[in-house]
Amino acid sequence: MSQTLRPVNNRPGEHSKSSRRKSINNFLQVAGILPILVIICILFSLLSPNFFTAGNAVNILRQASINIVLATGMTFVILTGGIDLSVGSILAVSAVVAVLVSLLPALGWLAVPAALLTGLLLGLLNGALITFLDVPPFIVTLGSLTALRGAAFLVANGTTVINRNINFAWVGNSYVGPLPWLVIIALLTVAVSWFVLRQTVLGVQIYAVGGNERAARLTGIKVNRVLLFVYGVSGLLAGLAGIMSASRLYSATGILGQGYELDAIAAVILGGTSFTGGIGTIGGTLLGALIIAVLNNGLTLLNMSYFWQLVVKGLVIIAAVMIDRLRRRSRR
Amino acid sequence: MTTNIKTDFPSAATATPVLEMQGIAKRFHGVPALQGVNLTIYPGEVHALMGENGAGKSTLMKILAGAYIADEGEIRINGQPVKITDPGTARQAGINLIYQELNVAPNLTVTENIFMGSELQRGQFLDRKSMELEAQQVLDSLGASFTPQTIVGTLAIAEQQQVEIARALKDKSRILVMDEPTAALSDRETERLFEVIRKLRNDGIAIIYISHRMEEIYALADRISVLRDGQYIGSLTREEISPQRLVQMMVGRSMQDFYEHQRQKNPGAVVLEVRNITDGRKIQPTSFQIRAGEILGLSGLVGAGRTEVSRLIFGADRKVSGEVFLNGKKLEINSPSDAIAAGIGYVPEDRKDQGLFLEMSSRKNIGLNRLKQDAKSGIVNWASVNKIATEAVENFHIRLANLEIRAVDLSGGNQQKLLLARWLAINPRVLMLDEPTRGVDIGAKSEIYRIISDLAAQGVAILMVSSELPEIVGMSDRVLVMREGQLVGELDDSPGIEITQENIMHYATGASEVLAS
Repeated sequence: MSQTLRPVNNRPGEHSKSSRRKSINNFLQVAGILPILVIICILFSLLSPNFFTAGNAVNILRQASINIVLATGMTFVILTGGIDLSVGSILAVSAVVAVLVSLLPALGWLAVPAALLTGLLLGLLNGALITFLDVPPFIVTLGSLTALRGAAFLVANGTTVINRNINFAWVGNSYVGPLPWLVIIALLTVAVSWFVLRQTVLGVQIYAVGGNERAARLTGIKVNRVLLFVYGVSGLLAGLAGIMSASRLYSATGILGQGYELDAIAAVILGGTSFTGGIGTIGGTLLGALIIAVLNNGLTLLNMSYFWQLVVKGLVIIAAVMIDRLRRRSRR
Repeated sequence: MTTNIKTDFPSAATATPVLEMQGIAKRFHGVPALQGVNLTIYPGEVHALMGENGAGKSTLMKILAGAYIADEGEIRINGQPVKITDPGTARQAGINLIYQELNVAPNLTVTENIFMGSELQRGQFLDRKSMELEAQQVLDSLGASFTPQTIVGTLAIAEQQQVEIARALKDKSRILVMDEPTAALSDRETERLFEVIRKLRNDGIAIIYISHRMEEIYALADRISVLRDGQYIGSLTREEISPQRLVQMMVGRSMQDFYEHQRQKNPGAVVLEVRNITDGRKIQPTSFQIRAGEILGLSGLVGAGRTEVSRLIFGADRKVSGEVFLNGKKLEINSPSDAIAAGIGYVPEDRKDQGLFLEMSSRKNIGLNRLKQDAKSGIVNWASVNKIATEAVENFHIRLANLEIRAVDLSGGNQQKLLLARWLAINPRVLMLDEPTRGVDIGAKSEIYRIISDLAAQGVAILMVSSELPEIVGMSDRVLVMREGQLVGELDDSPGIEITQENIMHYATGASEVLAS
C-alpha cells in the first residue's frame, strides 16, 4: 500500500479533465529546467549588451553542438541505468582516424564513414564487455576512457594530424542560411533520437530495461541486445562528434575531447534523466546542453576568468538540479 | 489463544481514549483519499485497521505519523487536541510507526540503533554504558534474546523488528502503529511477535495493527475499524467479528461464490508437456502435462521448488536437461522470448521486483508484450496499444484515473491486474501464474479468480503456483505437490486423493511417506 494518489473510476467526464491536467504536468516535467535556462539568459542579457543578439544565439548553438551530440548518446546509456565515460576518448580516436583517412590519396572520401564506423565499433566493444562479461559499465568505460586516449595518441603518432583540404570541411564550417551545419547535425541527432525513444519498440524497451531489468527479461526483452544498442549509439555519436571537431579544426590530436564526457553527463543530469535509469527525455538533455553552452558563452562575454567560469559552471549545475528536485517534491 | 481479552470495549464512560481522530480528510491532486474518517483508540487495546488495498489505511496512518498533513479534521491525544505537522511532533506525542520495510541500520549495534538520533552523552562523549543499560532494560521488557552489543545485520528479521519496537518503547511511545508487521516473518516468528504485542498491550500501550491476514486479526484484535474507499465504515468489538461481516464491510457486498471455478471433469487435449526438466541442482527431473482448459495447481511449502520449475519451463533460468512440448511439438526454449514466441506466458510472484515497470504509464505496462507484434518496421503502433489498454481496463475492472497513471501509483490489486492484462494481450496458450493474488485485497482477489476461470473456459492451459491452500483447493482442477525439489503427489479428486488442504499438506510436509514406511 504505497500509493499516494488514489485512483478513481474511469468516468468519461473526468477523463478529459484529468488527462488535460496530466498533460500540463507532463509539460512541466519536460520543461523541467526550461525556466532556469530562461532566467540565466535574462541575467546575461541584462549584464552584457552583446549576449542577446541573433549572431550570439547562433554562436551558442554552434558551441553547444558537439556536447549536444555526445549528451544525446549519453542519454541512451543513462536511461538503461548505465554510464559511458569513454565518449571523449572515442571522439579523439574517431577524429584522428577521420583526418588520417582523408589524407589517403584515393580513399579520402572514406574519412567520414571510417570515423563513424570506428566510433560504432568502439561503442559496441564497450557494450560487449558490459553485457557478455558482466562487468559494470562504470568500470568498463573507465578502462576504455584511458585505453582509447592512449590509442588516439598512438594512431596520431603523438602529433597533430592536419589536412588543410579536408574533404568534409563543410561539416564544421558551412552554413545553411543562417544556421551552421554543426547545429543542423546536432538538432537532427536530437530529432532522430527523440523519435527512436518515443516512437519505436526499441525505445520503449530501453526505458523498460532501465526501469526494471529483471522484469524486462521476463517480458521477453532481449536485454543484451538493448544494452549493445545503447553503447553502440553512444560510440557512433562520439564518432560523429569526432568528425565535427576534426572538420572545424582541419586537424586532430590525441588530446582532443578530453573531459567532454563530463559535460555530456552534466547535460543529461541537468535534463532530469535519472541516474538509476528508466526516467528521462531527450528534450531535457537538449536543454541541459544549452544551459552549459549559455554559461560558457555568457561568462566569457562578461570577461570572467576561465578559472572562475569553472567554479560558476559547477555551482550552477548543482543548483539547477537542486531547484528541480525541490520543485518536483513540492508538486507531489 | 489470548488470555487477557478485555470485554468492556468501548467503554468511553470509564476510559479516556488515548487517541481520537475525527473528520479526517485528505486529498491528493484533488482526488479525495480520505473523507470524514473517525478513529478512536483506547489505551491497552490492539486495534485492527482493515480495508482493501487503496481504502486509505496507510494514508490515515501517515497522517498520524506526520508524514502527511490532513486537509481537515482533528487529532486528540488523551483528550487534548494536538497538531501533528511532521514525524518529530508525532514522536513527541508518543506515536511511533513500524513499517513493513524495517528502518534499521544493519551495520550498527542494537544499542546504537535504539538510540540513533537521541544518543546519551556525558560531556562531549557518548555515554555508552548508560545507553547499553537502558537498551538492556527495554530488551528485557520485550523478552528479547539478544544482547545490546549485537550488530543488527546479524539478527533475524523478527529480531530486527524487535529492535524497532525497542526504539519506540525507549521513546515512551503510547501508540504503536504496525503496518503488516508479519509480512516477512515465519510462523514461529509471528507467534513470537504476537507475544510481544500482547505484552505491550498489557502494559497499557495502544497498538494499531494493519494486516490482510484474517487469522491474525482473530488472534490479536480487541476491536476493528474498517475503511472503504477512503471512508470510515464502522468499528466492531471482538465479539462482533465474523468473516462474513468483515468482508461485507470491506468490499461493500457479501462474500458469495468467492471461488467461481467449477472443477473441470473433462479437460481437452494435452497442451503443455514437460519431460524430465531439471536445473541439475535443486530441481529433480520433473514431468507433467497440462490440458486445454485445465487449471493445474502447483503446491508445496515455500522453497519446495515450485517457482524454479515454472522459471525453467519459461526459459528464465537455464535447464540442464529436459524437454518441453506444446501441442505435441518440441520447443527450443533458451530464453523468455522463445517461450513467449511459442505462446507461453509467465506472471512472476513478485510483481514489483520482476513484473512491473513502476515508473512507466499503465498504458505501456499493459501494452509492452504486444509492441513488437503490432509494430510496423519497429515503430510502435500507439493506436493499437491504446485499444488494448483501454479494453483491458474495462474487462478487468482496473481502477485508474487514466492510462497515463504510473504503475507505482496503483494499489496492489490493480497492479496485479495490470500484469495479467499484459500477458492476456498476447493470447497465450499456456499461462503460468506464480502467487497470482499475493498481497492483493479481497475484492481484487475474486476478480482475478474470475479472470483465471474465464481463461480456462476459453481453453488456455493454466499452471498456478500458490502458497495459499484455500486458493489451490478452490481453483485447481488437478494439483501437483512438490517437496524438496521433486513432485511428490498428484491430487485429482479421485477417491483417496481428493483435492483438500489436508491431503496437500500430507504430501507437502512428507507426512505421507512417514505413514507409508
